[in-house]
Amino acid sequence: MSWAKRILRVNLTKGTCQEEPLNMDWAQKYLGQRGLATKYLCEEIDPRVDPLSPDNKLIIATGPLTGTAASTGGRWSVITKGALTGAIACSNSGGFFGAELKFAGWDMIIFEGKSPKPVYLLVQDDVAQLVDASGYWGRTVWETEKGLKAEHQDPQLRVASIGQAGEVGVKFAGIVNDLHRAAGRSGVGTVMGSKNLKAVAVRGTKGVQVRDPIAFMKATSEAKAVLAENAVTGEGLPAMGTQVLMNVINECGALPTRNHKDVQFAGASDISAEAMHETRRSDGKANLTRNGACFGCTIGCGRISTIDPTHYTVKDRKQYQMASGGLEYEAAWALGAANGVNDLDALTFANFICNEQGFDPISFGATVGAAMELYEMGVITTKDTGGLELTWGNAETLTTLAELTGRGEGFGAEIGLGSKLLTEKYGHPDLSMSVKGQEFPAYDARGIQGMGLTYATSNRGACHLRGYTVASEVLGIPEKTDPLSSDGKAGLVIAFQDATGAVDSAGICVFTTFAWSMDNIAPQIAAACEGDWSVEKLLEVGERIWNLERKFNMDAGFTGKDDTLPKRLLKDAAKTGPAEGKVNELGKMLPEYYALRGWTPDGVPTNDTLGRLVL
Amino acid sequence: MEKALVLDAGKCTGCEQCEVACSMVNEGVSNPAKSRIKVFNFHDEGRFVPYTCTQCDDAWCMQACPVDAISVAPLTGAKVISNALCVGCKVCTIACPFGTVNYNPSSGKVIKCDLCGGDPACAKACPTGAITYTDAAATGYAKMKAWAQATDAGAQASA
Repeated sequence: MSWAKRILRVNLTKGTCQEEPLNMDWAQKYLGQRGLATKYLCEEIDPRVDPLSPDNKLIIATGPLTGTAASTGGRWSVITKGALTGAIACSNSGGFFGAELKFAGWDMIIFEGKSPKPVYLLVQDDVAQLVDASGYWGRTVWETEKGLKAEHQDPQLRVASIGQAGEVGVKFAGIVNDLHRAAGRSGVGTVMGSKNLKAVAVRGTKGVQVRDPIAFMKATSEAKAVLAENAVTGEGLPAMGTQVLMNVINECGALPTRNHKDVQFAGASDISAEAMHETRRSDGKANLTRNGACFGCTIGCGRISTIDPTHYTVKDRKQYQMASGGLEYEAAWALGAANGVNDLDALTFANFICNEQGFDPISFGATVGAAMELYEMGVITTKDTGGLELTWGNAETLTTLAELTGRGEGFGAEIGLGSKLLTEKYGHPDLSMSVKGQEFPAYDARGIQGMGLTYATSNRGACHLRGYTVASEVLGIPEKTDPLSSDGKAGLVIAFQDATGAVDSAGICVFTTFAWSMDNIAPQIAAACEGDWSVEKLLEVGERIWNLERKFNMDAGFTGKDDTLPKRLLKDAAKTGPAEGKVNELGKMLPEYYALRGWTPDGVPTNDTLGRLVL
Repeated sequence: MEKALVLDAGKCTGCEQCEVACSMVNEGVSNPAKSRIKVFNFHDEGRFVPYTCTQCDDAWCMQACPVDAISVAPLTGAKVISNALCVGCKVCTIACPFGTVNYNPSSGKVIKCDLCGGDPACAKACPTGAITYTDAAATGYAKMKAWAQATDAGAQASA
């Protein structure tokens, strides 16, 4: 139990919805969500397929703990070949949609083919049907979700949809659920849009059963106490959100600024968690209204914010004066420091637009940063931008570009290419701060060495969530390592990557691992699911997933040469802060990483390794 | 001593752990659709509000029930549905002014909060103290204390 043991297969070309049993042999080897859906994708598509062709598939997947009483048990993922990267994509979201899908009795939905006209999928417990979405095409995420709830007279309906960004082919479009939670990265929303699939609306009333309810309640209660007593998950994240990091990472000299030209941002405190708590003069409120939780989450890191009603972005637009999803650290960095913008309200507005139109604030902000550098160099001019001045720190340009990008209009259509294609187009590919086409998140790899290796080897392109060594290198979790040293980081990155693979496949949030070790997680899975779920088995599952994703990418045409970083991080030393004079020492870490992984010096998993992992 | 559920919306993050706990205890599965307590998300205001039966003394549901399926639990004062007697007529769902009695299509009976026999699962599951189970005669004391502190702080400032 805990798995619903059912898959919904939706053929968009034929317009059919069919039920099939979950492959329980695979579930024992890949657990669920990220791992299990990746296994299905690898079995069902040619890795060389064009991500936007009907031959690509898109899988929406929950984990065994999704919808259960486990803290943070509301996670779900989208697995496909990414539009931004051409690599394996697995984008993880929270909110309430994933749990609802499980309550309706489904572990996964596999979408294949392409619908001849826009449709949405409506799932009400056992009944699934494709419905004409022509009335929603061209609408935003927010309009679509509100419209579907009204149309079906069901406020309990949970909706995941694409905005205009996913329709018009913005390369980093995401899928947004519950208005402001997102499977945001790698262009999974672009793939959804290419299939003419506007939304998935779900209502579930069947519930989720666990194998041993008494043992499960005991295990989950003990684990919740661990979260409550931990300084990060019990105090820091609920009070400050992930934004607690803004000033911390700036002080480390690892806050990438102005397209990674600098590693510290003078305006960091203006866009920090602390700033979100400050009372403003206009209406006596703070940017932060309160914290909000995803389904089942006892941490509650989510930010609910409002924009200053007198700010230029909203003063004549009442529809943006309500509370909605506020700035998380990665978004605040990408929209702010990456462009030199220190206007908190402008960043909050741009973040609202990213949610409303369904695109990734990290890739968007970082691409604007690359464009601003090209503008500074005179390569891009106002002739290209339709008159917009792409000067560093220009908040109005940022918010205008957010709106244009969401609709695919004007220079926003070029921002929507992502930094790799944009900088290639203008003849300066070195200025794309990305790996495998996906832009960096908010940690400079010169000031936090392990993150350089995490980015370079990440199977979905640059990403902090594939091996968050920041936990160790900055926060001292589970133990402190020196962020400026590359010694021992290969082993550290591998340990984080494998553990994260298991967590991402379970249906819970990786933020639990600030407090939980695998010793806290394994008993919860073991009480919920059939099979032996020891710590050792979970780590093996994590390693198996990592190697399976690697194999997919190799078959898709990637090689060890793609495990690299932009020249800027490898050659141009950090100019200020604790990392002054440092570059990232990837060349030292990578061979050690390959050896520890059981891969050849070229980064190919050996037959022994694949055999050991039963791949 | 009679106790009551106290719901403090200001502390609620909307996580629905209370709904999961309620359905686990009462239905044996995690299923918010069958929970006796509900959390409402007033999105545009940034507010989450938990709501459930307040166990009226002279309860409308009990008065309305044509088959006397609702009785008072002696220990807790909770108004409790007898599944053996309930005929699923739903008159109680109409009678309740607060909407906290609801019909369960899978059982053909109505469901409402019974305070879990004096150990409410929702209160235990709430991570932020938004749901507590306290002395029924003192449910206002936490708010009184907060106001006492606020008014006294004024007095201290002037002194």
